[in-house]
Amino acid sequence: MTDASMPTSSDAKPRTPLTTVDARTKKRKAAEARFRMYGIAGIATGIFFLIVLLASIVASGTGAFQQTFINVPVYLDPAKLDKNGNRNPAELAKVSTFGYTPLIQEALLTQVQNNGIETPLEKRGDMKAMISASAAAQVRDVVLGDPDMIGETVEFRILASSRVDGYLKDRVKREDVARDKNIDAEHLDLVDALVPLGIVQKTFNIDFITGADASESRAEAAGIGVSMIGSFFMMLVVLVLALPIGVAASIYLEEFAPKNRLTDLIEVNIANLAAVPSIVFGILGLAVFIQFMHLPQSAPLVGGMVLTLMTLPTIIISTRASLKAVPPSIRDAALGVGASKMQSVFHHVLPLAAPGILTGTIIGLAQALGETAPLLLIGMVGFIASNAPDSIASGLLDPNSAMPAQIYEWAKRADPAFYERAWGGIIILLLFLITMNTIAVILRRRFERRW
Amino acid sequence: MPLLWLTVIVLGLSLVGYLLGRQRAMQSASGDSRALHSLPIYYGMNALMKAVVPALGLMVIWLLAQPLVIENRIADMIPASATADDTNLGLVMAEVRRTAEGLDNAVAAGLMDEDTASNARADITDVTARLKQAGQVVTNQITQPVLRAAQAYRVMSATSNTIMTVAVLLVALAGAGWGVLQSGRDFRARNVVEQGILVILIAAASVAILTTIGIILSLIFNTIEFFRLYPAADFFTLLEWAPSFSGRGGASSLGILPLLWGTIYISIVALIVAVPIGLFSAIYLSEYASPKVRGIAKPLLEILAGIPTIVYGLFALLTIGPLLVSVFGKDGVGWMGGGRSVMTAGIAMGIMLIPFVSSLSDDIINAVPQSLRDGSYGLGATRSETIKQVVLPAALPGIVGAVLLAASRAIGETMIVVLGAGAAARLSLNPFEAMTTVTAKIVSQLTGDSDFASPEALVAFALGITLFVLTLGLNVFALYIVRKYREQYE
Amino acid sequence: MNDMRVLERDVDANATKIAARGVQVYYGDTHAIKDVNVDIQDKTVTAFIGPSGCGKSTFLRCLNRMNDTIDVCRVQGDIHIDGEDIYDKRVDPVQLRAKVGMVFQKPNPFPKSIYDNVAYGPKIHGLAKNKADLDDIVERALRRGAIWDEVKDRLQAPGTGLSGGQQQRLCIARAVATEPEVLLMDEPCSALDPIATAQVEELIDELRQNYSVVIVTHSMQQAARVSQKTAFFHLGNLVEYGETGTIFTNPEDPRTESYITGRIG
Repeated sequence: MTDASMPTSSDAKPRTPLTTVDARTKKRKAAEARFRMYGIAGIATGIFFLIVLLASIVASGTGAFQQTFINVPVYLDPAKLDKNGNRNPAELAKVSTFGYTPLIQEALLTQVQNNGIETPLEKRGDMKAMISASAAAQVRDVVLGDPDMIGETVEFRILASSRVDGYLKDRVKREDVARDKNIDAEHLDLVDALVPLGIVQKTFNIDFITGADASESRAEAAGIGVSMIGSFFMMLVVLVLALPIGVAASIYLEEFAPKNRLTDLIEVNIANLAAVPSIVFGILGLAVFIQFMHLPQSAPLVGGMVLTLMTLPTIIISTRASLKAVPPSIRDAALGVGASKMQSVFHHVLPLAAPGILTGTIIGLAQALGETAPLLLIGMVGFIASNAPDSIASGLLDPNSAMPAQIYEWAKRADPAFYERAWGGIIILLLFLITMNTIAVILRRRFERRW
Repeated sequence: MPLLWLTVIVLGLSLVGYLLGRQRAMQSASGDSRALHSLPIYYGMNALMKAVVPALGLMVIWLLAQPLVIENRIADMIPASATADDTNLGLVMAEVRRTAEGLDNAVAAGLMDEDTASNARADITDVTARLKQAGQVVTNQITQPVLRAAQAYRVMSATSNTIMTVAVLLVALAGAGWGVLQSGRDFRARNVVEQGILVILIAAASVAILTTIGIILSLIFNTIEFFRLYPAADFFTLLEWAPSFSGRGGASSLGILPLLWGTIYISIVALIVAVPIGLFSAIYLSEYASPKVRGIAKPLLEILAGIPTIVYGLFALLTIGPLLVSVFGKDGVGWMGGGRSVMTAGIAMGIMLIPFVSSLSDDIINAVPQSLRDGSYGLGATRSETIKQVVLPAALPGIVGAVLLAASRAIGETMIVVLGAGAAARLSLNPFEAMTTVTAKIVSQLTGDSDFASPEALVAFALGITLFVLTLGLNVFALYIVRKYREQYE
Repeated sequence: MNDMRVLERDVDANATKIAARGVQVYYGDTHAIKDVNVDIQDKTVTAFIGPSGCGKSTFLRCLNRMNDTIDVCRVQGDIHIDGEDIYDKRVDPVQLRAKVGMVFQKPNPFPKSIYDNVAYGPKIHGLAKNKADLDDIVERALRRGAIWDEVKDRLQAPGTGLSGGQQQRLCIARAVATEPEVLLMDEPCSALDPIATAQVEELIDELRQNYSVVIVTHSMQQAARVSQKTAFFHLGNLVEYGETGTIFTNPEDPRTESYITGRIG
């Protein structure tokens, strides 16, 4: 064969010089740039959604950490609170909150009049819309705690009503109050007048973080503290159950399990359980723990057990990964000096895998902490209006709520004032999750070993 | 005896066993631990394990079996007449239990003395009144058989508890004693302990199987119960979902089709949002992005995966919903009635699924061998041509698997649809209308006030089994595809 | 050796196709190619030999800018093909690679049919006017890849289903389908058995009629069998470059001699 006998088309067709880009290449370049833009657009959209989500959480939720209070000196009238004048606690306790409400309203009215504010609201009862329904209980608790106060004028910082609070936070608009039966324009005028005097004051609200849930009509008093304790109890249960069971199961599957049907069955089960919708675990909890075993509803113990079953696959999968990461040479070395298989695993492999196991466990816990659906089914939405110390004492078997379930409860309520609470609850929940994940990341960075 | 104390005592016994076992072993070797077969600690552990494991195991089994056995016996005491008029036996049993608990609590609170509580001839009205006074929930009026049964229930429970306590303690003692007696210098304690630990490890690994069995049994039994009260054919074919709230059975139409339609519609919307965004992100991250960009963008996207679903639910209800209403609502196009709709929930769910799709696709695209890309570049293909014509076709099965996994996630998602999708079951094509899903109805049927034995509540289990089968099937199929795909390039 | 003398005569007749001057390549901080100058002739098989990691493959990948796909890789110096600087900013690597084809170490057919594998290049470069034209191009390429007879009855079968040697010839056919002027081969036979290797080597010798072929190889015997010119690389340096016969029988540099005689490598 010679060159002439087999002419190539590359000889026949004149090539454009490389330095000039031909039309077709230009078109292809444009297609390339377009495709690249799709990719950037994809990521940008994803990050945009993230920013919108976080922004709306922060924008709507920070309000929950601020609350409007009214500073008034309340004259604790002995004629109303202690008719017999003997300061007998048993008798004092018989005076219900209805006995206190007029005193507080009177006190606020006096303040308004003393400061010379012009307002058509001249009756004691007109003050009702300003003050939270829980104010009376607040004053009553203080008085019962120290009966000697009766007869004196004591400075109180009581909760303002939800509408007043909403007005100061721009949630309640003047143009809307006409339709609102709970407050009207005159009250808003009064609020405007009281704010510069420092009588109505918006400050940081620790009660939201530590407090208990409140009834439908008292959004201003609702707090997430008690459900935080419920969540804490559940996490405790999850940690105590899921960590040992998960680690033991992983050790068995990774180190000891023979290749047989049972092992395969377990593997398949774990892989599938990881993908079962969380609500199904709720059904399981309801049917097995509550219907069958008659454990109490709304108990953190049951919630914790359901979440344990749900997080176990996560923990097992990550624990196995960190056991796998320990090189076989370590096991061989231990076996080589005459350790039993069990000793080599517990003395050498497990300690080396511990940081990875811990990281996986924390991530599993974080996942469990944010889970809501199964908790709804086992009734972890107990309405606990009592404050923190009482329910701490009550523990694992008494009804409680959990943070995400509490947020769900608030989101369902009709009064938009609760939405702010829900967003605020989400901020707290996310802070917990961020902390847990940060710890996990730090652990991983710190102890990550490259073999 | 409270369980906590029983557990503590068993643990105490085992600790004593540990110390004695260790000591006895040392004695047998006349204080020289080198003469022992195993380290001294293993002799102690042997006794400890023999005390704790069987004793606590017995306790757990007893506690599980006790209510079953007692209820079986009690059931005989309740005359057929009490359960005849379409009242379910389960309901009566629940009442018996409630009454028994009420009696317990009333006695504990000092409102009733033990005699009254256990007196078979006690006046029913009096007992009811007292229970009510003690703040115990009691249904209208306790009937004679129910009170009798409740009293028997209390007695049996108490006896059973005593027997259990004694048995558990005996088992613990015997176990500890056995372990201690075994502790001699030639006893192969380490091997025995390691065998024991292995059994514990196997038991832990079996929890996964037990969970699956638990799920399947609880779904199946209740579903069978449901189909006994409600025709299965109606459940699967009726085009209407209208549970009655007052009446029982009969009046309700419980067809799953509208719920399935809502579920699928919302999932489709979610996938339409998530798949393009997630897939293009994955393509960019794996084929174009510099390591630096990847190092920032990938974790940022994955934050979306770490956010609890309740947050997305709230986001749907309070941010996306109002936003959609302002565009498509009556002030805008007028297609949308309220904030809750298929779109509302679908978009939120789509956002949630973006990182899911992107990280799965990322893995799958990265599994395509570099040699294929080189081959394509070597022929003068641009990156996008290489991706579209070589990488994506090669990765297609894996990506399909990833999308199916995402679909299974979407179908099983609960909180977003509970808050964002609405409560009305509807067969409609308008994505701006409120619809409801299987998961949302499971929640509402099981958290409502409907009686636990009524078809309105039991239907949730039939819905649950449908959901379980659907998601499991999708998952198994998707995982199979992905595994096949990976094997191809290994 | 008779054979080799014939080849030498051919070489003299051909013009310079690729000219490299002062080429330096860095992988991050590693200096992979150090100041390489080489002239590669048209219608000639040039072999790059040398121990593993000596930079021969890296240098080969500079010739069609495949190194552009690696982020940390930097190339300095001039490489001209037909007098055009291929690292000129105006040069599109896509166009360049159509002109400089490449065959890889491991056969890497796309997971498509045999036909689609070969048609891929012509399609993206728009070489075919219509389907019949494309069929022609595919057939011509497969014939030139010396695999037509084996696959003509199953063009729609997946390319991955062929044997290793067939796959590699398919990849060569795929490379020649875009009608390149230079064919770069990166150890094309290292994954093949001896019979397949012989077939591919025969093919390379035929390809010399139309292309400038540059082949990287581990096997000195292969270099001696297929090439007219040989370049010996060592630790990123081009140690010696010349007639294949000379390199193997009478090398100038002691390092070349050590490698040829098996003392380094």
